[in-house]
Amino acid sequence: MPRLLVQRLLQAIPLLLIVSLLVFALIHAAPGGPLTLYLSNPNVRPADIERLRRALGLDQPLWQQYLAWLCAFVRGDWGYSYADGRPVLDRLLERLPATLELIATSMALGALVALPLGIVGAVRRHGWFDRLTTVLSFAGISLPVFWFGLLLQLVFAVTLGWLPSSGRSGMGGGGFVDRVEHLVLPAGVLALVHAAAWSRYLRASMSQVLRQPFMIAARARGVPDRTLWLRHALRNALIPVLTVVLLDAAIMVSGAVVTESVFAWPGVGSLFTESLARRDYTVLMAFLMLSSCAVVALGLVADLLYGRLDPRVGGDPS
Amino acid sequence: MSTPRVRRVRPQRAAGRVAAALLLALIVLAAAAPAIAPYAPEALDLAHRRAAPSPGHWFGTDELGRDLLTRVLFGARVTLAVGLLSALVAAGVGVTVGAVSGYAGGFLDSALMRFTDAMLAIPRLPLLMIASAVVDPSVPLLILIVGLAGWMESARLVRAEYLTLKEREFVAAAHAAGARSARIIVRHLLPGAVPSIVVSMTLAVGRGMLLESALSFFGVGVQPPTPSWGNMLYQAQTTMTSEPWLALFPGLFIFLTALAVNLIGDGLTAGDE
Repeated sequence: MPRLLVQRLLQAIPLLLIVSLLVFALIHAAPGGPLTLYLSNPNVRPADIERLRRALGLDQPLWQQYLAWLCAFVRGDWGYSYADGRPVLDRLLERLPATLELIATSMALGALVALPLGIVGAVRRHGWFDRLTTVLSFAGISLPVFWFGLLLQLVFAVTLGWLPSSGRSGMGGGGFVDRVEHLVLPAGVLALVHAAAWSRYLRASMSQVLRQPFMIAARARGVPDRTLWLRHALRNALIPVLTVVLLDAAIMVSGAVVTESVFAWPGVGSLFTESLARRDYTVLMAFLMLSSCAVVALGLVADLLYGRLDPRVGGDPS
Repeated sequence: MSTPRVRRVRPQRAAGRVAAALLLALIVLAAAAPAIAPYAPEALDLAHRRAAPSPGHWFGTDELGRDLLTRVLFGARVTLAVGLLSALVAAGVGVTVGAVSGYAGGFLDSALMRFTDAMLAIPRLPLLMIASAVVDPSVPLLILIVGLAGWMESARLVRAEYLTLKEREFVAAAHAAGARSARIIVRHLLPGAVPSIVVSMTLAVGRGMLLESALSFFGVGVQPPTPSWGNMLYQAQTTMTSEPWLALFPGLFIFLTALAVNLIGDGLTAGDE
């Protein structure tokens, strides 16, 4: 196991180096580079811009800038936000809890819905329930999140007045109920998207397991249906589903950006869209690097977990 | 097992056909927009601003009195063009990378695949939002950017196809007959990979369309006054409560088109199950 871990970690390094090169190149492709914001501001004198260029090392050759930035990034020194002059790391960290709360809640809700849908869909394949959920899951996969979020706001917050339309409580007091009320809409939208995709994965994976000879053997031994489905089939079917879910992390990041912006949820995702509007490149760059690192890390976890959970996979993956 | 042996027509296939007909109809409507739209896309009707849907304006009008149905039809041209053409770009790059990678093997293969993995690790929407903010794209440029962010899935698929196909005897025969690598890659191997290319392209159309809408929704995609479904939603956001139809219809079209594309993709793969 440790050998596999080391091998995988070593493979992740060139991957992250390529990611960092891409991100760096993208930001510096902007006309005026990271200082675009100041160039369009009539109150900033050319001399000040020149001073800033030197202070930020922007007058050096690109490859030196890249190396300096990369070294600083690895050390955790992610520069300062152009918007308010505070360290980027601080700004990201203060937004992270809200994002984690949203993602964790939506994943839990999504799993709660996807599990029964996937199981019943596989066990009663082509039955009426399976057909209904197939249609619904296709709708869920195709739903533009930003539009659906607006509709839910309109119905539940504006028209019915049942729920707050945006924001997160917990800053100005607000009890547990208030906290939950703010969480319902954004977490619900994300959960729906997750549930749509995950129930499909589970249905496909479970259908395959149900066809295995050991299922017929178990049935022949007189194992009751419930045990057959939940203990024998589900446990095996969940292994590939779990890894696919982890590999979908990049999609989850995109989903969080959209959902947080629509519902003004004060997380990392809405920090990203706020920074985008201000062309605050240090924050954007850090966000993209951080989320890509998270995606690579989760991919690593998926790999290792798969080997752990399914003894047939162990061995020497190439 | 009590499943009857005679099977009905596969429901996925049927749904896929209906979806394909719908998408085709939408493409025709979009192409014919200048001829069939009830009004001109920029025609102002200041007497009927912010009008709710009515027989005169089926989808209502916006804050300048422009007919929403007309704008949805013209928006379809932009959104569908981005979806379809960006999928072409993505397929072009993806097939090239995948074919070279799978055929060549060795160092070139691992280098290309590491690059593909790296591209897959960067969350697509934030990446495109930054790219759009940086280059401030016109519609053709937007198509290019969205396509360049969407080739990785087809590259992987095509590589996998080539890895198995290149071991077959007809490839050895072509070699023996003196065919060069480029010819084998294009003439002998590519036809075998076509089915998986078609499926991945279908999915790329839906993804490209949704990405265009999302980018325009955040104000960094297609810029007004050119209508796209995404930027119509962007503009409708602030008046959601008083004129909900302005947000309802463009979003509904995004949803239905994405649904149609996904159903087509599912119908194409239905035989594999």
